[in-house]
Amino acid sequence: MSLDPRVNRLKLGDPNAVIKVEEGENWNVYEVFHQEKRGAHHEHVGCVHAPDPQMALIFAKEQFARRKKCVNLWVVKSADILAFDVEDEDMFANNLEKTYRDASGFKVMEKINKFKQSSKGTTDVK
Amino acid sequence: MLNNAITDLMTKMADDELIQGHRNSEWTGLGPVMEEDIAFSSMAQDKIGHSWALYRIIEENLGGRQADLFAFCRPENEYKCCHLVEYPNSGYDFSLMRHFLFDQAEAVRYESMLESSFEPLQQLSRKVKGELKYHTLHANAWVMQLSKAGEESYDRMQTALNEIIALAAGIFEPGKAHEQVLIDAKVYPGEKELYNRWLDRIYPVLVKASLNLPALESITPAYGGRNGQHTPYLAPLLKEMGEVFNLDTAANW
Repeated sequence: MSLDPRVNRLKLGDPNAVIKVEEGENWNVYEVFHQEKRGAHHEHVGCVHAPDPQMALIFAKEQFARRKKCVNLWVVKSADILAFDVEDEDMFANNLEKTYRDASGFKVMEKINKFKQSSKGTTDVK
Repeated sequence: MLNNAITDLMTKMADDELIQGHRNSEWTGLGPVMEEDIAFSSMAQDKIGHSWALYRIIEENLGGRQADLFAFCRPENEYKCCHLVEYPNSGYDFSLMRHFLFDQAEAVRYESMLESSFEPLQQLSRKVKGELKYHTLHANAWVMQLSKAGEESYDRMQTALNEIIALAAGIFEPGKAHEQVLIDAKVYPGEKELYNRWLDRIYPVLVKASLNLPALESITPAYGGRNGQHTPYLAPLLKEMGEVFNLDTAANW
């Protein structure tokens, strides 16, 4: 039996059988987000199966926070996440001549390092 | 006199946690779902960790035997655990209800020791506070979840509660002469007081879960464990638990 209620399974043998998932019959999948220190971003670390959000959080605690440092967790029902279709990936493609839109194109660190280098030994910042 | 009384109290607590931890660890690999298997096993380890911390205090502060030897090499009648923790895991309903009743009792006990006049116990109580918060949260959530998961599930939880309540009341077996010494010295508030605090703690959860707490006047608490009289389930457990350790008690790990 699948734990994922979003997936209906074909019951072989009885072509007329109506597939119906009863409320509470299957558990939901929850995505887990882990926060390493206060103020830090919650980062996606995996998922748990649980009957409700509270149990998901309880499971997530031992699942994802018993070794690694953790101060808080989020759980979100996987089904509540809206995502683009895989085949629409082409939407994200940047044209070659637009690299100026790419943040990594700004060579800020180089300038900072150059500045640091040039001011080294000449000025003491108090 | 006071040190003997403290040793007595801490041995009871440590033995409860060691045996309960061992029992709960028997679910490892057999839990109902993977997430729960991991959570339950992890809490079983916490319990054994608590017992180890208590045995260490007995060894270091109260002149007791070396912790591992004390934990594994006593004759059965020198163990002071209550009968509740000795019972085999008949099913997950039984184990969860026991987890709920035992961990709430444990939480109440450690909380009362946050103000203990015996410093090492006070420190330990602060240290385990977070773990116990999780254990009771886990227990409460399961009790409520399963009590609302249909007729069969509800019946099983109520049956488990009916079966276990007298055993759980046995946690608070009166400590005879030692207990008054401990109360007077403000080491802890005594079993009767903890029993009442425990009832105040479990009652609201049971009400939320629509479970009926059996009439407490009608139950006979399972006493005896604190004096070394045990159920037939303890001896085989001790044998299995100490099997490897007893091959060579002086071995270095």
